[in-house]
Amino acid sequence: MYKFLIVLMLTVTSLAVAETPEEKGFAIALETDNRDKGWQDSSAVMKMVLRNRHGQESVRQIRVVNLEMEGDGDKGLTVFDEPRDIKGTAFLSYSHALVADEQWIYLPALKRVKRISSSNKSGPFMGSEFAYEDISSFEIPKYNYLYLRDEVLDGIDCFVLELRPQYQYSGYTKSYVWVDKVEYRNQKVEYYDRKGSLLKVQRFTDYQLYLNQYWRAHTMTMDNKQNGKSTTLYWTNFKFKTGLTSADFKKNDLKRQR
Amino acid sequence: MPISRRMTLNVSVKTLCCLGLLFSTFSHVQAYELTGYVSGEFRYSLSNSLYSEPEQHASSVAFYPEFYSEWDRGRQSLIISPFFRVDTQDVERTHLDFRELQWLLVKDSWELRVGMSKVFWGVTESQHLVDVINQTDLVENNDTEDKLGQPMINLSLFQNWGTVDLFMMPYFRERTFVGKNGRFRSALVVEKDAAKYESGAGQRHLDIAVRWSHSIGEWDIGLSHFYGTNREPLLLLNESGTALIPFYETMKQTGLDVQYTFQSWLWKLETIRRDTKSDTFTAFTGGVEYTFYNILDSNLDVGVLAEYLFDDRNSESLASFENDALFATRFTWNDEQSSELLFGLIHDLSSNDAGWNVEASRRIGNRWKVSLEARFYNIKDEESVLYPLRNDDYIQLEFMRYF
Repeated sequence: MYKFLIVLMLTVTSLAVAETPEEKGFAIALETDNRDKGWQDSSAVMKMVLRNRHGQESVRQIRVVNLEMEGDGDKGLTVFDEPRDIKGTAFLSYSHALVADEQWIYLPALKRVKRISSSNKSGPFMGSEFAYEDISSFEIPKYNYLYLRDEVLDGIDCFVLELRPQYQYSGYTKSYVWVDKVEYRNQKVEYYDRKGSLLKVQRFTDYQLYLNQYWRAHTMTMDNKQNGKSTTLYWTNFKFKTGLTSADFKKNDLKRQR
Repeated sequence: MPISRRMTLNVSVKTLCCLGLLFSTFSHVQAYELTGYVSGEFRYSLSNSLYSEPEQHASSVAFYPEFYSEWDRGRQSLIISPFFRVDTQDVERTHLDFRELQWLLVKDSWELRVGMSKVFWGVTESQHLVDVINQTDLVENNDTEDKLGQPMINLSLFQNWGTVDLFMMPYFRERTFVGKNGRFRSALVVEKDAAKYESGAGQRHLDIAVRWSHSIGEWDIGLSHFYGTNREPLLLLNESGTALIPFYETMKQTGLDVQYTFQSWLWKLETIRRDTKSDTFTAFTGGVEYTFYNILDSNLDVGVLAEYLFDDRNSESLASFENDALFATRFTWNDEQSSELLFGLIHDLSSNDAGWNVEASRRIGNRWKVSLEARFYNIKDEESVLYPLRNDDYIQLEFMRYF
């Protein structure tokens, strides 16, 4: 009860003080980030469906494991199951907010682990409409924030923010993000290319709650407004706090991923 | 049946039995899967062979399945991965090998591999000086990228200061060589089954190797030492002077490989010191790779590579790359079909000889892949080890069906 009162008072106080749009945007981003802290590690299975302008589809099967790092970007391990010619290919990433990520790829035909450049932020992930920067871990210092307005999106009350990337090699000048007011979940993102034109629209649907705290969208669709292609990610088998440690994210671990 | 082939199969069968026994003791098999590919390959040689009269057209099929099973919550696993090729032109190219036949045990700070296995060391693209664990399967491709499975016990230890790999290799695999009806041969054919060894233990010499590897910020470093049978044989004339005989010396080799990754730059260096009875020499490969990402706002990436190759061994007839440079361009379209194209030129700076290499590949649907490979040689130096290849230009198309 006391806790509730304190929260209420804080909320009232924060409303009373006149916030600039920058401060409000930053506060919303911080709240979004804070609500998603403490999951430790997670794993999930992703089915990626690529659709071209003629509606033809191709499918990728991917497994993703992540490790939450305190005060740094997450570590991630991505393993490809399909298409079959790249089965067993694995990708390891140590992400950082502003300095370059560290990345390695394992090529199973050659049994070779290769350190690769992480400058390729804006390139497509697996030939899809998702760029590497769209699926990398969210860190507060990566962007400047601006609160634009409140808006109802498909019946959901949202804040609309403008994000401007502060890291090198982004393919975007800015993005608009719709965050719902109740749970602080991304509902929609519009990406603007280097010339400032609308490039892609991403929607997040089928949210489910895990461990009573962590919301995960089970469907993410990216529509490219310039080339007419789209990609949908279907997520399943989310698991959290499975006891993984940094030892499970070594360069050496790439070789025995299945 | 040639002696060495029978021996190879014997060893494989023995290893297989041991692994089978081990495997059957763990009755709680959690999961298994069978994957792999079948491929058809068509090669057209631009000229007639200098030494034999094979057709300019050659075709072959290969089968490369992989059986994988894990149990004990994924802490133990078994891989059985035979490779089989049937070739219409060269009987030596029709061959069977166990690329992998390996039991793996994973613990928190160490891993143990027992069986036939494949290991890759190094960072450069033009050649792989430090990579000496596996024997080259030269009949597969004369670019030396294909390797035979190596019987080994490999213990990997993980520490904060890096990974230490220890290898014990109880049995030596002989290099494969093209036969008299194959392309990429010299005037004399290599009689691989007549191989001789410096060591009295022959193929049963116990080879050992150790490697430390670590990543520190932008640096990836590997330091290795190998003591055992040199995978690269000397080729000696037989008594009647009608064929070449592989002579395998014992060697000590220390190798260092380093990569520095900065923005879109990859700086690479490999260097070795090899000590054998016939020679002691230093060799290195060093260079740089730079990638232009998303050319003109498209999804195309273009990488450019340059490497310098140096080798100071005495006999020029053994070193292919004693003072050479590689220039290459890699196009990656990042499309749905993973289309790729590589152009490479290796240029001998002393003799002006050159070799061109083109490799391209593309997926078709979800299960098929097509790849194109072409090599063109411009070799005038009669002293060069590559001189016999001067008429072996070819274009090759391969279709692979994955399952």
